[in-house]
Amino acid sequence: MSFIIGQDLAKTYGAGEAAMTALQGVDFSIDKGEFVAVMGPSGSGKSTLLSILGALNSPSRGAFLVDGIDIYQLTSDQRADFRREYLGFVFQSFNLVPYLSLQENVMLPLATQRLAARAKREMAAEALSRVGLSDKLTRLPNQVSGGEQERAAVARALVNRPPILLADEPTGNLDAATSAEVMGLIASLAREGMTVIMVTHSPECAGYASRLLRMRDGRLESDGRTDLAAVCAG
Amino acid sequence: MTLKDIALLNLRRRKAKAGFVLAGLVIGVATLVAMLALTEALTHEINHKLEKYGANILVTPRTESLSLSYEGLSLGGFSFQTNEIRQSELALIHQIKNAGNLAAVGPMVLGVIQVAGREALLAGVDFAALPILKPWWSYAGGEPGADQVLLGSEAARILNLQAGDSLTVKDRRLEVRAVLEPTGSQDDGLVFSRLTTAQELLGKVGLVSMIEVAALCKDCPVDDMVNQIGEKLPEAKVVAIQSVVKGRMEAIGHFQRFGLGVSALVALVGSLVVLVTMMASVKERTAEIGIFRAIGFRRGHVMRVVLLEAGIVSLAAGVIGLGLGLAGAQVALPLFSESHGGAVALNPWLAGGAILLSLAVGLLASLYPALMAARLDPHEALRTL
Repeated sequence: MSFIIGQDLAKTYGAGEAAMTALQGVDFSIDKGEFVAVMGPSGSGKSTLLSILGALNSPSRGAFLVDGIDIYQLTSDQRADFRREYLGFVFQSFNLVPYLSLQENVMLPLATQRLAARAKREMAAEALSRVGLSDKLTRLPNQVSGGEQERAAVARALVNRPPILLADEPTGNLDAATSAEVMGLIASLAREGMTVIMVTHSPECAGYASRLLRMRDGRLESDGRTDLAAVCAG
Repeated sequence: MTLKDIALLNLRRRKAKAGFVLAGLVIGVATLVAMLALTEALTHEINHKLEKYGANILVTPRTESLSLSYEGLSLGGFSFQTNEIRQSELALIHQIKNAGNLAAVGPMVLGVIQVAGREALLAGVDFAALPILKPWWSYAGGEPGADQVLLGSEAARILNLQAGDSLTVKDRRLEVRAVLEPTGSQDDGLVFSRLTTAQELLGKVGLVSMIEVAALCKDCPVDDMVNQIGEKLPEAKVVAIQSVVKGRMEAIGHFQRFGLGVSALVALVGSLVVLVTMMASVKERTAEIGIFRAIGFRRGHVMRVVLLEAGIVSLAAGVIGLGLGLAGAQVALPLFSESHGGAVALNPWLAGGAILLSLAVGLLASLYPALMAARLDPHEALRTL
């Protein structure tokens, strides 16, 4: 049985004439340690799919299972616990809390856990060291560059050592060099056994993945191994 | 990093909003504390006065005529009329049911005398009872002997007499034993002698013009004692001076109720300030709350962050409001106090109550914004990014 399974996932926003279908029966399965890129034009449903995978957005139909757990059969609090234990999020716009230092931002997922303050600090420092920011622990997000903010966001996503990393356009606001740096980091996490699902518009980024899901009009258009040349040809 | 740290750091970042919430609560708490502390200080002052009052029951003869007065109470005809109290009836007062509450019973005979061609009021008193009946009296030397008098300060000035001088009343030579320090009362204009001396000089042997009774505890059943003395002395008029004090206590009661009303209104406005500010804060932090939820915060965790912020600000507001309220009461006390002074005491119940009230108002007013934050759809919240 696959680690992540999506069965007939559909999502419609609104009702009646204003109803807008974002997903129309998507099926997929992802194994542990896979690095999956999700691509597609704007409005194809890839962000909706990612939010469903993030246990943040209930599908209108279908089931989403992780490690055998039917996520949307859980209560709200159980889903929150699932997110904390299983998922790390990296968003396009960094999503660091502006009044917290990088180390405090990275410690956020640990805030609700019964761990000693020192242990939390050490875990955050270790995660920041992993992304090359061990010298900027006390900096506020607006005191570091965009690439460093994104790396801090990656550190926050992995501080809990979750098995799954969800990334939404992780290099959307970065220049090419910094993008490559961040993608190298994410790819290394995948190589270490983390399951990575990444939504991206960038063929270069998708090239780091081992598998590509193409979406169009709320449907899964193709599912296969990545081939950068094919991706770029698009 | 704990939820408390997040709350503290957010407060530090949003100083203006936190300051606004703080100000709303501080004004409410300070008003309440000032009002309560002021009424408490005034009540304490009244109680203190009541205990220091000396005589709080006056027994005077029933009379229809008014000629001279003493302490604002009519002593009609005491010098010329026959309506006086027999001294032997004094013993009856000690037979009342609440005799145990009697601290002192002081007979007084009053009459007009001629001193160096001037009219003066002579008061014969029982000097043994005076320390209780008139505790504010102060004069040098011991109590006057049979042929000695004590002069009120004003009487001494007008009669141009001082301690050691002598005066003659009805051919009896009397020595001025001492001059009373000014009291601000009618006592300043009187000549005092022993009861028996005055009775002899005024021709009222065995008679007294009035009786002052002291029941020195504030919770004494003075009204009952007035009735009991009235039953024993049916020919006399028995008046509780406490009725004057009670009137003032009622005024304080009205002030207290008014103060509580104003405080409740201010607290309501304060809670609305908290509600509106916290709502705005939650709206402003929608994306942040989305992040919290995405990384695994439960609804309860989000709620706790918001309520912790409100709790920290409310606690600070309670302490600051308490201090400001007490200071305000201290400043305002001379405006309301007859003694134009005194100190506002820190009542632990008031202190605890003020802080608890601040916490309760702050937390209750933040409950809805906290619920709103907890119920934010994390997916929608993240879309605001």
